[in-house]
Amino acid sequence: MRRTMLFMPGSKPGNLLNGDVYGADSIIIDLEDAVALAEKDSARILTKHAMRTFHYDCELIIRINSLTTPFWQADLDAVIPEKPDVIMPTKIYTADDIRTIDAYITEIEKAHGMEAGGVKLLPLLETAASIEHAFEIATASPRMVGLYLGAMDLALDMKATRTHEGYDIAYARSRLVIAARAAGIDALDTPYTWDIHDNDGLAEETRMVKNMGFNGKACIYPGQVEVVNDIFSPTKERYEWALAIVKGAEEAEAQGKGVVAVNGELVDGPVIIIARNTVAEYEKINGVHRS
Amino acid sequence: MFCNQNFIDEQVNVIMKIKKEASAGTATKNDALITISPRDGEGIEVELKSIVKVQFGDQLIAAAKGMAQEMGVTSALIKIEDKGALDYVIRARVEAAVLRAQGGADE
Repeated sequence: MRRTMLFMPGSKPGNLLNGDVYGADSIIIDLEDAVALAEKDSARILTKHAMRTFHYDCELIIRINSLTTPFWQADLDAVIPEKPDVIMPTKIYTADDIRTIDAYITEIEKAHGMEAGGVKLLPLLETAASIEHAFEIATASPRMVGLYLGAMDLALDMKATRTHEGYDIAYARSRLVIAARAAGIDALDTPYTWDIHDNDGLAEETRMVKNMGFNGKACIYPGQVEVVNDIFSPTKERYEWALAIVKGAEEAEAQGKGVVAVNGELVDGPVIIIARNTVAEYEKINGVHRS
Repeated sequence: MFCNQNFIDEQVNVIMKIKKEASAGTATKNDALITISPRDGEGIEVELKSIVKVQFGDQLIAAAKGMAQEMGVTSALIKIEDKGALDYVIRARVEAAVLRAQGGADE
């Protein structure tokens, strides 16, 4: 479950200390854009020591510098032995970029006696080429767990102008969701960057991308986490609706019936799957244990 | 292709000479500015400036010294300007400063 992924700079000790207190499903420790060129070395070393010291109570993602920089290998050398859950490669162009990173991570895992393939990949698609190659990228490695859209760099690469309505990235969002779904992995949306205190605008954009099929959205400010989590979480009413369908389906199955009727309405296969997913998601989020 | 340049754990038996003065970190909240420089003679000397020196001074000095020793440093002066850094921050900033004193982790 990746409803929210909260960014924090790998160069700031205070942020690394408090990373998991804001309720995000994942935190992204950033070694890329949030870190000045002169501090790339100290940020990756600080991140390594933070990982040795803290056990974050959420998924830990490390955003590394791109293949076009001299830093990506040193970033991986420092963090892979500390067993992050996920690596987020940046400025990906093609599936070969993923295979290059995958192979390097495998070398480090072997050198440290780690389970090969244990560290997953969730690349940032922020180039026009990466959108064109989205499905090949999504299926380039068994490590892949998702695709994440980077709107600012993508708009720059497209020579587009970012718009509040998202017209500029509408095609990229759709393409990314389709590719991720076809590959069976998550689709994660770009953060809301217009105004970090504009929770109404954030909520509106989040509802739109949820309806498009995204699993979650990145956050650049702790105050955004609750808003995004709420929208990507089933409500109690939705849970009760889904639970009635799941129970109806279980009863029909036990009685050998092929058709499920809930509250007088016939329910078909896809709705039962949606209901089961909704029940599982709600119960995971709220710690509900049904007997 | 496998670099291994940051795996200081594997450098324990190598003596690392501090060739020049180098710093890492910042004198801001939760952080520490560490400056390491060559010193005449053997031994690691630590100078600590911290508002929590009375309570945690020994711990901070031990963290800095311990990190430098793990990296193979046998002679150096380490100055710490602490602003409430935890041990892991002290160790990270010392590691970065030592590597920079060698020419830099990214070089």
